[in-house]
Formats: sequence, C-alpha cells, structure tokens
Amino acid sequence: MVTDKIEDMDIEVLSSMWPEDIEHEAGKQFNVEKPGGDQDTLEEVTIVEEPTIVDFKHLLELTNYSEKGSSQLAYLVKHWEFKQANAVRLLREELDNLSRQRQESELKKLEILEEHRFEEERYGEDKCPISILDEVYDIWQEVPQRKNDVVVPNKRVEIDAEYDTVRYWKQRVMHLEKLLEASIQREQLLKEKLQESIKNLERQSSPVEELSQILKRADNFLHFVLQNAPVVFGHQDKELRYRFIYNHFPSLQEEDILGKTDVEIFTGSGVKESQDFKKEVMEKGLPAKREITFETELFGSKTFLIYVEPVFSKAGETIGINYMGMDVTDQVRKREKMAKLREEIAVRKAKEKELNKTIHITEETMRAKQMLATMSHEIRSPLSRVVSMAEILATTKLDPEQRQLLDVMLSSGDLVLQLINDILDLSKVESGVMKLEATKFRPREVVKHVLQTAAASLQKILILEGHVADNVPIEVIGDVLRIRQILTNLISNAIKFTHEGKVGVKLYVVPEPPFAKEGSQHGSDGSTANQSTTNVAKEETCPSMSQTSSDQKGFHGKKQEDFCQNHSFSEPGTSVMNGTINGTKEQAELAETTVWICCDVYDTGIGIPENALPTRFKKYMQVSAEHARKYGGTGLGLAICKQLVELMGGRLTVSSRVHFGSTFTFILPYKFSLSCDHSDDPDDLSDMADHGATYDDATAGFFHFQPNTLGSLFSSNGSRRTQKLTPHDFGYANSHKLNWFSENFYSFPMNNGQTKEMDLVEDACSVAEAVEISSKPESSFRHSPDPDNVSAICRDKHHQNVANGQDKVSTTDVSSRSETSREVDAKMKLTEPQPSPKRQEKSDTGYQSKLNSNREVSSSISKPKILLVEVNKINVMVTKSMMKQLGHTIDVVNNGVEAVCAVHHHNYDLILMDVCMPVMDGLQATRLISSFEETGNWDAAAKAGMEQPLPSSDSFQPGCTLSTKRIPIIAMTAHALSQSADECFANGMDSFVSKPVTFQKLKECFEQYLP
Amino acid sequence: MDVVNQLRRQFVDYYTSLHREGFVDDQFTQLQKLQDENSPDFVVEVASLFFEDCEKLINNMARALEQQQRVDFKQVDASVHQLKGSSSSIGAMRVKNVCIAFRSFCEAQNREGCLRCLQQVTHEYSLLKNKLQTLFRLEQQILAVGGSIPVVE
Repeated sequence: MVTDKIEDMDIEVLSSMWPEDIEHEAGKQFNVEKPGGDQDTLEEVTIVEEPTIVDFKHLLELTNYSEKGSSQLAYLVKHWEFKQANAVRLLREELDNLSRQRQESELKKLEILEEHRFEEERYGEDKCPISILDEVYDIWQEVPQRKNDVVVPNKRVEIDAEYDTVRYWKQRVMHLEKLLEASIQREQLLKEKLQESIKNLERQSSPVEELSQILKRADNFLHFVLQNAPVVFGHQDKELRYRFIYNHFPSLQEEDILGKTDVEIFTGSGVKESQDFKKEVMEKGLPAKREITFETELFGSKTFLIYVEPVFSKAGETIGINYMGMDVTDQVRKREKMAKLREEIAVRKAKEKELNKTIHITEETMRAKQMLATMSHEIRSPLSRVVSMAEILATTKLDPEQRQLLDVMLSSGDLVLQLINDILDLSKVESGVMKLEATKFRPREVVKHVLQTAAASLQKILILEGHVADNVPIEVIGDVLRIRQILTNLISNAIKFTHEGKVGVKLYVVPEPPFAKEGSQHGSDGSTANQSTTNVAKEETCPSMSQTSSDQKGFHGKKQEDFCQNHSFSEPGTSVMNGTINGTKEQAELAETTVWICCDVYDTGIGIPENALPTRFKKYMQVSAEHARKYGGTGLGLAICKQLVELMGGRLTVSSRVHFGSTFTFILPYKFSLSCDHSDDPDDLSDMADHGATYDDATAGFFHFQPNTLGSLFSSNGSRRTQKLTPHDFGYANSHKLNWFSENFYSFPMNNGQTKEMDLVEDACSVAEAVEISSKPESSFRHSPDPDNVSAICRDKHHQNVANGQDKVSTTDVSSRSETSREVDAKMKLTEPQPSPKRQEKSDTGYQSKLNSNREVSSSISKPKILLVEVNKINVMVTKSMMKQLGHTIDVVNNGVEAVCAVHHHNYDLILMDVCMPVMDGLQATRLISSFEETGNWDAAAKAGMEQPLPSSDSFQPGCTLSTKRIPIIAMTAHALSQSADECFANGMDSFVSKPVTFQKLKECFEQYLP
Repeated sequence: MDVVNQLRRQFVDYYTSLHREGFVDDQFTQLQKLQDENSPDFVVEVASLFFEDCEKLINNMARALEQQQRVDFKQVDASVHQLKGSSSSIGAMRVKNVCIAFRSFCEAQNREGCLRCLQQVTHEYSLLKNKLQTLFRLEQQILAVGGSIPVVE
C-alpha cells in the first residue's frame, strides 16, 4: 500500500535528520513533538533566529542540486501533491455526486415523466490512501468522508385516481410537481452543503503552510539543540564562498559572510590552513576532520575542530562543502597543559631518578666512610692492645738490638693508631657528626700548653716560642679542644719538617677578613696597629726572631712587674680582677662580640715547594713520595686541620719558601664577652687557690721553650718573678715543685692540672738552685741518689743558657751528662724518622721503670687514696684486683651520688669514674665535685637535687672541705671515640681510660696522676 | 709428672682454642694474671659473678622484650650496656660483640632484632659458661695432681 511506502520513506529520510537520543517515544512514528500537545516546551525556549543566515534562493537551488536536499524536498512535494490530489479528487467526487444527483433528479423527472422510475445509485467508497501525516496531524479531519446523508426517496408515487383519467393526470402532475419541488429543495440543500464544504476546504490550512510549519519546527528543534553549542556550520560552494552559515556567536553580519570565502573574511594564521583543508576535501571528495588553530583579529586565538564533507550534485560532481566547526580552545588548552604537566612530570621523574641515584651513591659513600670509621674503630682496640703489650715488653730487660726492634714496632704502631684516629676524625667532620662546642677558654693558656706539650716531646734542638698579642682577649669562646687539635697538629707538623732554628706560634687580632662578609668591623685601631707590628715580626722570621722575642720579653717583663706588685698569695681574686681590667680597658665597652684571631704557626724548616702548595690540604697528599718516605705521616693531618678550621668558619692558609720555612695561618672567629668578668669564673679562684699563677695564663704574651728539657718549662715570662717571690711563696712553690718534679719529668704532656704550677718558677736555674739549696727530706729521697735527675737539671741549666741568648755550649755540661742523657740522644736518633709527640712520651716511659722502682718505695710510705665509682660488679672486681696488683687499695661506690658523698667525707687523691651510671652519671658527679672544689661548698650538688651530703659540720675533716688541690678525675668509658673523650674533658675530667680497663692503662694513669 | 704435663698441655690447648675461637680475649688473660696466691680463685670468682650477672640481665631483657607493645628499650639498653661492660671486663669477646649489635637494635627500637640478639647472647653466654667450666675443671685437675697452672700468653 501507499501508506507503507510513505512510512518507509519517512524513516529513510527523516530519521537521519533527527538525533537518535530524542527517539524516546517508541510508539510514534515521528519523534517530533506534536504541535498541539507539548508545544509548551518549545514555547518556553526562546529561539533566536537571527544566527541563521540563509540565502533562500540558493537554498532552493541547493536543494534542487544536492541529492540529499532534493530527495527530501521531493518527498515533501510528493506528499503535498498527493494531498492536493486527494482533495481535488474528493471535491470532484462530491461534484460528480452532485451532478449525478442532479442528473438523477432530472432522470427521475424524466422517469417520472416517462416511467416514474428512479434508480438509486451508490457510490463505492474510494478511500484514498492518506498519508500518515494526515493521521498524525489530522489535517483532513473536517473533510467529509462520504455523502451518505443524501436521502433519495425511493417510493413509488401512488395515485388514487384511475389511470388515464384527467383526474389521474392532474393528480399525477401535482404529485410530480411536489417531487420536483422536493428535488429542487434537495438540490438547494446540496448546493449549500457544497458551498459549506468548499468553505471548509478553504478554511483548511494549505499544505504549503503545513510544510513550512514542519520545517519551522525542525528548525526550532535544531535551534533548541544547537543554541548553546559552540559550533559553527555552514555550506560553502565550489569556490568556497559561504552560502549558508550557522554561527551561534556571530560577530559578523550576514552580508559580511555570505558569498565570501574564509580568506576574504578573516586574516591571520590558520585561515589559510582551513581554506587549504577545505580545498583538499573538495578535491578528494572524502569527508575529513582536522584541528586548526586560528589566530585572527576577530576572535583572538581559538582552536576549532573542523569537519568538512563534500557535497555532490545529483550528477555526482562536487558542488561545495558542508563545514562544521567546534570551538575546542579550552580543551586544547587543557590538553596542552596536560601535555606540559606530563612532560614536567617526566622531567621531574627523571630528575628524581637522577637524584635518587646520587643519593644512593652518596649513601654508598657515606656507608663506605662509616664502614671505614667502624673498621678503624674496630682496628684501634686490638692495635692499642698490641701497642700496649709492646710497651710492657719495653719495660722488660732487653738487649740494644731487641730494644731497637721494639722501638720500631712501637713507633709503627703509634703511627697506625694516629692514622686511624685521623681517619675517624676526618670521617666525623665529613659526615657532619663532628659537633663543635662553645666553651670559654684562654688562648694564651692554649698556646702555652700546646707548646709545652710539644716541647716535652721535642727530640731536636729547636726553639719553640709563642707570641700572643696584647689585644687578644684573655678569654674567648670557641671549641677549645678542636683549636688545640689544630694547633697541636700544625706545630707537630712544623717540628717534623724543621731540623734547626725555631717553631713558633703567633696570635693576634685581625679585622674581619673578607671571606666573612658580615660587614661589622670589630678590629679596632689598636688591633690593626698590632697586626702591622706582628707582620713585621713575621717577615723577619728566622734570623732576627731573637730580637723580636726579646722585645716581647722586655715588654712582658714590664707588664709582669705591674702584676707582681699586685701579686700576693693571700688576695688572689682581687689582683686578677685588677690585672684583667687594666689590661683590657680599651675593649671593655664591647659587651659580647666576635673577634677574629689570626694564628700563625711558623717554622724555619724545609719549606714547601710552590707547586706542592695547592695540594697541601688534600687528604693523603704529601709533597712528594720522597718526603713521605723520609718523614712518614699519613698526609691526613693538614686535611683535618683545614676541615676543622672551615667547620668553625675560618680559613687555613699557608705560605712557604723552600729551605726557609713555612707559615701556616688560620683565622678563626671567636665570641668573647668582656662584660662577664673573671671573678665569675670559678676556675680563676681555684687557680688562685692553687698557686696564684693565674696572671701568667691570663695575660702573658710570650712563651719560650727549649728542647726536651725541664728548664724549658720554666722559661716563660722572663726571670723576674722569682726574685719577687717571698720566701714563703717560694717554699710553697718549691715543695710543690719537688712533688711533681720527678713524676712529671718525662710524662709532662698530659699533665694539665699541674703544669700551671710550673709557672711559679720561671727559671730553671733557680729551680736547680732550689734543689741544691733546699734539699728537703721529701725530695732528697727521690732525687739525691739519682744521678739522672741531677744531670737533667744540669742540662736544663745549659739550655736555659742557650735560651738566654748566650748561645754557647759549655763543655762541662756536656761532660757532665750521665748515661741516661746519652741514652736520650741515642733514642732520639733512633726515633727521628717518625717523630711523634706521643712516641716520645711513650719511649720516655721506658726510663720510667727506673724511676718507678723508686716510686714504688715511696708509695709504700704514703699510700694514695683512690676512689672507684663503678656500677658494674664485674668491672669493680677486675679493677679492684688490678689495683691490688699495683699496690693500691681502693674505695668503691656505685654511682655519682655516692661518689659525691664519698668525696665529701674523705680526701681522695684520685677518682676513677665510670661515665655511664644509674642515679647520677659520671659527668654530672664530676661537675659537682669540681664545683665543690672551686667554691668550697656543695651548693651545686644541692641544686642538682641531692640531699645535703653532709648534715653537720663536725663530720668535716679539716683538710678535706677546704682542700686546696683538685682531685684528678679519670673517666672510664666504653666509648673509645674521641667525641666522648671530649665530653669527659668538657665536664672537667682530667683524663680518660677506655674500657675494658687493663693493667697497663691503669698503671699509666697512676704514673701520671698519683704523686 | 706425665699426667701433670698432659693436663697442662691440654689446658694450654684448650685455652688457646678459646682464644682462637674468640670466646675470650686478652682481657681474660689479664684476669688470669691478676690471680695470685693472695687470690687463688680470682678468675673463678669473677667468672661466676659474671655468669650470675649475665643470667639476671638476660632475664631482665627477656622480660622487657616479652611485651608485645611498648617495649621499654631504654631499660633493655641499660641492661645490654651493663652486660657489655661486664663481658668486656671479663674478656668475653663474643658476648661483647653480640652486645654491640644488640645496642644498635635497641637504639633503632627494633624488637625483632633485639629478640634475635637476646637469643644470641643467651647462646653465647651458655657456650662460654660451658667452655669456662671445662677450663676451670682442667685447672682444678691440674691443681689436684699438684701441678701449677701454665701461663698462656
């Protein structure tokens, strides 16, 4: 049927027009809303119709030409025609009907006239196929379908009258007239109806209108869908002139676009590209998509996704293109952003990977270093055991050859130990574990002590001297241990490479160096002046040093005089205050500030060739292999020095001339506070209480030491003091002197506590005299029978002479040397290749065996009291047993609190203190004991939360509470690392013994600290 | 005399093997040297004190480490520290070495590692105890037959 055909057509044509997603009303054939029913939805939407710019003429043409358009239009036309035809046919039928009726009536009339016969005729219903549209839209609702209401009377006329009579005819005529009348009436009726029908028909909307309505709805729908879509679509003809365009956001008028090409409309990048693209599509005849970025004045930068399809004529030739563009600027931007992000992520990942690799490498390096440190640490303990054993061996009776072998063994062992210590230090600095401590210290003391230590182990005929400029503060704050380490290292280095002449240290304040860019200028005029003078002194290093030193000496002699006027044993505190205040008056206005102190360590040694200077501070670098062979050493010392100096924010530099000597200079910043005067410092008081020699430490600017002699220790600060000493003082000093004299003769370097006392006696000569003159009983039993000591004193005397500038060697002195001193010389020769300060000390213990025998006798006379503070029972037992073997009995307490109590109640000569203890650790106990020694009261202990250890004063032992000397406290610690050793020193301990405690260690310790 | 010499040799061998295997180190030799006629049983005394101490400490540590949560590592560490001190004093090298590792686990608060170390310490301790007991028995035997304890360097 036709209906089916139309339906098919509809689907075929229209379905492609409508987007699928609105096909929701399944039952309907069309998915366009009914105009009557749900029109509201469309009415609500305001549809802007302006954007559509249609060239209707061309659209018509277009629809004629293009296949799609024409088929669509053809259908519409066909449909319309069909409807038209239908209407016409209906009308015609109606007309036919009417005319037939008319004919009928006429015929009937005739029949009536002739036979009175009418024939009823029925018209078969020829129902036309009605387009589905009709049904749907009810276009033809009011069209009458059939004319069934026509009543055709079919009755026969009945006449009463007799046939063929007048009456009959009359009746018949009347009857027929009536019929005619009725017929005319009916005709009239029909005519009216026809009229009405026509009117109805006219009233009916024309199909064109209907069609345009449909089109309009479709248009509305499109608008509805597209009104907010960022799309542009249009049609361009063969020459790519716009014939139709839909643009939701028009920025151009219709006339600006239609009939023009892209190139004519826009300028800018992308226009040409799109034009070319369209051409390409047209040529190929295949639809394509492309993304084009326009950069036009009109829109700015916009990216469009363009879809272009060719349009063919019915003949199959391309007549134009359909063009659809969507603004994807945001998406593109996002995409680009994403791409960029992805790229960044990739880069970051790569970097991360690289970094991880670096970290890994660093970690590996660190681990390697750590391992080296651990290894070193692990090697150190057995090695020290080996060395200790060798030392013990050295105390036994050996023939010269064996001794020589043993010495080599010992020196090598020490070298390895030193190397391992260096490695540990270095790895500590490099791994950042090295912690710097800020403690108050006196630079003069440091210089003096370092020089003393060096002098004590000196094996060459060298002069050691120290100059400290006046403007160097008496006390500064810094990491004294590290500074001491640097100084010791540099000095021992200098001594190593110097065969004759002198090694010296010079300390002076400098203005802030350029490498520290903190602007503030601390260096006063005085300091710069001083610098210049010291510079002068530096230039005339080797030959004329004697002159400068004597200058210094003179100066200090004068100063000393001033001090000595104040010097009185009974009032030490005040004198110190006076002295310091006078000495530093001009700097007193500066409260706490940074001072840059420059330290020169100069020598008259072999010097460093210029080409070797840059590598001087590198690890494991020596000037040459030959040097390394000749002088030994690890090449680590200077590297450590440099690292330490830099860690403290300073600089280490070197200048040198081959054969004339080298000068290592390090500049370090120190904090110093003048506002806190020295009376605050308990150290002063204790020092004063001890021996009243604080001046020397505090203000002395010049130190002078002779090689390996006792005299060298006494040569500082000129010779005037002795004369000023009152007999009482002298006696005091002397007795003390003699006490430690024999003990410390060889083991001086470690003896910090007691070195201070030496300053009491400046002149070796005077000491020697003192020994001769005052042969006190206590000293006589040690020294008188011992020719060694006497000879040593003589030797001191001799060297003192040299130091005093008399510069002549008395033959008598030489001849008076005893066996021992010759042995010293022999030893010196032996050990010269590896001269290390430590070595000297150790080899000295060799002789000590002789002295020891003396001492052991003495110790039986006055047994020292020793306190062991240790929690571990086994340790206690072992240590106790060792002590017993050494001939000592000890008191044992188990923690710091008990130790403090014990110190309170008894007078000890030595304390062995475990560091790690419950209740109170060794460090705190040491601090408390030190505080007691300094202040004479236990306030600190009370403050620390201890119950007053002493309830009543009657339990005081007279000599105990007011003890005038410090008790040496020796730490016993399981941590062999020097860091913990530093900790011990920082807390006021005198020395430390690493655990496990061995016989040898204890013995060494006692030799050093027990009188 | 033969018996004495044999025993003495046995003692020396055993002693050296203890050294070689690292059960004891030089510190133990030092202890031996401290033993003289005034304190003939010094080493045995120290050792038994050590073992007593050891047991106590090991028990302490085991108790502390038994806790599934909130192990008091400080306490364990203190015990290990003490054990390390004792073992190092007596020269019990292997015990000491385990203690060193033990402490690092304590510092890292690693319970698993601590338990492992505790096991090792217990093991080493009992081994050492056996070994030393054997040694002391040998000593006793030598003394019983009238010999003197040889000094092994």
